[in-house]
Amino acid sequence: MKLNLKIWRQKNNSTKGGFKSYQVDANTHMSFLEMLDVLNETLIAKKEEPVAFEHDCREGICGVCSMVIDGQTHGPWKGTTTCQLHMREFKEGDTITIEPFRAKSFPVVKDLVVDRSAFDRIIQAGGYISVNTGQAPDGNAIPVEREKSSFAFEAAACIGCGACVAACPNASAMLFVSAKVSHLGLLPQGDVEHSDRVLNMVKQMDDEGFGRCSNVTACEAECPKEISVANIARLNRAYFGAALGSEKKV
Amino acid sequence: MKLDGKVPSGDLADKWTTYKSTCPIVAPHNKRRLDVIVVGTGLAGASAAASLAELGYNVKAFTFHDSPRRAHSIAAQGGINAAKNYANDGDSVYRLFYDTIKGGDYRAREGNVHRLAEVSNNIIDQCVAQGVPFAREYGGLLETRSFGGVQVSRTFYARGQTGQQLLIGAYQALSRQIHIGKVEMYNRHEMLDVVIVDGKARGIITRNLLNGKIERFGAHAVILATGGYGNVFYLSTNAMNCNVTAAWRAVKRGALMANPCYTQIHPTCIPVSGDYQSKLTLMSESLRNDGRVWVPQKMEDVKAIREGKKKPVDIPEADRDYYLERRYPSFGNLVPRDVASRAAKVACDEGRGVNASGLAVFLDFASAIQRYGSSKAHAQGLEHPDKATITRLGEEVIEEKYGNLFQMYEKITGDNPYKTPMMIFPAVHYTMGGLWVDYNLETNIPGLFALGEANFSDHGANRLGASALMQGLADGYFVIPYTIGTFLSGEIRSDKVDTGHEAFALAEKEVQDRLSRLMNIGGNQSVESFHRRLGLTMWDYCGMARNEEGLKKARQIIRDLREEFYRDLYVPGTQDEFNPELEKPTESPTLWSSVK
Repeated sequence: MKLNLKIWRQKNNSTKGGFKSYQVDANTHMSFLEMLDVLNETLIAKKEEPVAFEHDCREGICGVCSMVIDGQTHGPWKGTTTCQLHMREFKEGDTITIEPFRAKSFPVVKDLVVDRSAFDRIIQAGGYISVNTGQAPDGNAIPVEREKSSFAFEAAACIGCGACVAACPNASAMLFVSAKVSHLGLLPQGDVEHSDRVLNMVKQMDDEGFGRCSNVTACEAECPKEISVANIARLNRAYFGAALGSEKKV
Repeated sequence: MKLDGKVPSGDLADKWTTYKSTCPIVAPHNKRRLDVIVVGTGLAGASAAASLAELGYNVKAFTFHDSPRRAHSIAAQGGINAAKNYANDGDSVYRLFYDTIKGGDYRAREGNVHRLAEVSNNIIDQCVAQGVPFAREYGGLLETRSFGGVQVSRTFYARGQTGQQLLIGAYQALSRQIHIGKVEMYNRHEMLDVVIVDGKARGIITRNLLNGKIERFGAHAVILATGGYGNVFYLSTNAMNCNVTAAWRAVKRGALMANPCYTQIHPTCIPVSGDYQSKLTLMSESLRNDGRVWVPQKMEDVKAIREGKKKPVDIPEADRDYYLERRYPSFGNLVPRDVASRAAKVACDEGRGVNASGLAVFLDFASAIQRYGSSKAHAQGLEHPDKATITRLGEEVIEEKYGNLFQMYEKITGDNPYKTPMMIFPAVHYTMGGLWVDYNLETNIPGLFALGEANFSDHGANRLGASALMQGLADGYFVIPYTIGTFLSGEIRSDKVDTGHEAFALAEKEVQDRLSRLMNIGGNQSVESFHRRLGLTMWDYCGMARNEEGLKKARQIIRDLREEFYRDLYVPGTQDEFNPELEKPTESPTLWSSVK
C-alpha cells in the first residue's frame, strides 16, 4: 500500500525544524519501524539523509522508541510502543504525521530523537533502595503480600520512554516519578527510605523543568505499559506525608 | 600460545571458598586511587560498575544508549535460576552445577560453573533487597517455575519481564553510585577500540554519538560487558544495536575468542514473515511449562492448514504428533533449547511445518487452559461447570502467568493465542562463545576482563533457560569484585593512566582512519543491506545444521561480500554529528575476516 508521510525533520537542537513529506510503499505485515526502515533505504538509495529515530529491542520493552504518530504518543494502539505498532492499522492512501516527543525537558537531538536524560537524573536523585552488594538477607526473610507485590510490579513495568510527559499538556513527569515511588514504596524493602525518596525525586523533577500535574490523565491513556494514575495519588499522599508530617526539610 | 585457565586446585565444591579467603585484595585507601572502566550497562556491566564503586574503586561506565537502562538484558523474559530449593524438590548447588554442565554438552569450565551455582542464591537475595518484584505465593514467599533441561523448579521470575526487573534493579544500584560521584556515567558513547600500554589494557577510545567526537579514556583495568555476536545472523532476537564492535576490537588487539561456533538457536520465536523483517521476537521458554509442541501427523492435514482449509483445532488429538513428548518422555516439552530446536527443524524438514513457508510448528495451550480451568472451578466450589466456564477460568490463569507474552504475540501476528495455537520457529538468540577468560574472568590480555554474554566460560555448547540472567549478575555482583583484585593488587603503585601516551594517540588515529575510510567509499549500498545479506548467508550455511561444503561456500560468499562492502558502501551524513548510520555494524566487515 502507498502511504504519505509527514515527518518532522530537524538537523539539531540549535536549528529550526519543520515537516517534510514523503511517500512510502509498505505492506500490512510490517511493523511501523520496518516501514520507516524501508523509507530510509529508499532515501539512502537517492543519497538523501535518512530520518533519524531511536529504536533498539523492537519488542516493546527497552523504551527507547519515541514518536508521536498522528497526534498520539506511540501511535493509535492502546498499551503499545511504536515498535509494536503494525501497519495493518493503516490503509492505502493514508497520510501519517510523525513528530518527536515534545517537552521542554526533552530537547530534540535530531529529527525524531530527543534527549530524555532528565529521567536518569530523577532516578539518580533517589529512585533506588540503598543496599550494597552482599548485604542482603535471605530472599524469603521478609514475606511480601502477593497483591502488594503485584501492584509494585505493575508500577515497576514502566519502561522510561517518556510518553507520559509527551502526552501531557503540561509536560509533567508525575506518572514516571510516581511509578518509581510506588514500585519501591509498596515493598517493605523500600519503605525505609520512602520519605527521603519522595522528596528528593520530586525536587529533581521540578529542577528539570517538568510541568505540574493538573489531573488531565492523558499520561495513563497513552502509557504503553498502562501505568495507572492511582500512582500519582499515592505520590501526592506520600509527598504531603513527608513534607508536612515529618521533621524533614523540604 | 599457552592458555592458563587459573582454576584453583582442590575439591570442586571448595575452590571458590578457598579462593575468596586467599586471593590478593586491595585495601580501601588503595581502591580509592584505582580507576576501572566498564563498557556496557546490561546486567553484567551495571552490576559490576555498581559493586566496584561500592567497594571504593573509581568507575567510568559507558553505554552507547541514551540511558544505561536500555541494554538488551531488559528483554529477557522468563526468569533467573538459583539453587535455593525453596520448592523442596531436591535442588542443590551441585544439581544446578550438574544440569548446567550437562545442558552445555560438557563443554563448559567446571570450576566457573560450580562458582556460578554457588553464588546463584546470593543473587536472588540481593535482587529482593533491591526491590525486584519477583512473583510470590499467597503466603508472601517467592514462587518458582521450571525451565528446559531440568527436573526441578528453580526459576524465579517477574511475570514475563524478569530481565527488565533485574536490569532496573542493577540500573538503580548504578544510579545511586552515579549520584554520589563514584561512577562517572558516559551515555551515548560507543567504544571503538581498547588501548594496550606495555601489554596491559589501560583504556578505551570512544565515539561520542551526539557530536561524533573521538575521545580517550584511561583506567587501570578495562571490563567489557558488551554482549554477544548473535546479530552477525542479522535476524535474531537481539536488539538492533547489538553490534559486537567492542569484543571484536578486543580481538583485533590480541584477545582470543573461544567457541564462536556455539550460537544458541532458541526454539520458540515468532516465525519470519517477510523480506523487510528487521528482527525476530522470542516467546519465552517459560511457555513450554504449559504449551505443548506439535505438528499434524498426516500430510493432508498439513496441506489443509497451510491453505487455510483447516484450523489447528480441527485436527483430532489422535492425528497430532506431540513430537517432544513422544521422543523425550522424561523431559517432555521442557527439553533443552538445542534439542527442541533441532526437533522442530526435523519436523519441518519432513514437510510438516504449519505455516505458508513450511517453517513453523504449533505451541498449544488448549490442554493447559482446560487443566487450570477445572482446578480453578473446583477451588471456587463450582459443581459441574460447563466447558465455557472452564475455558474462561483457564484463560484467566494463563493470562496471569503469561499475559504480556500472549499480548505481544497477538500484536505482532494478529492471531489470538488463547483461541488458536501459537506458531513458532527457532531463531538465533544467544551466543555461548565469546572472549576467552580465565577463572578471574580476565582475557589473555592482562587487565582486560569480559563479563556476561561477552565471555565464553559458563554455558558450554548450549545455555539452559534462565541461566543468562544468572551468569550476568553473578559475574557483576559476586565474581568480579573479588577476582579483579588479583590484577589490581599489583597496580597499587601505578600512577593515574596518562591518555597522552603514544598508544592512545595511535589507537585514536586508527579509529579516525577507519571511520574516514567508511565515510569516503562513496558507493551506493547501505550498511543495512550488506548486513542483511551477511545474515542470510550465515543462517543458510552456519545455522542449525552445518557441513564442510556449506561452510566453504559461505566463506567464499562472505569474502566477496566484504570486498563489495569496501567498494560500494554508502554512509550518508557526516562523521561529526549524530549519525545513526555510523552506529550500525560497520565493524562487521572486519568481523567477516574472522572466517578467512
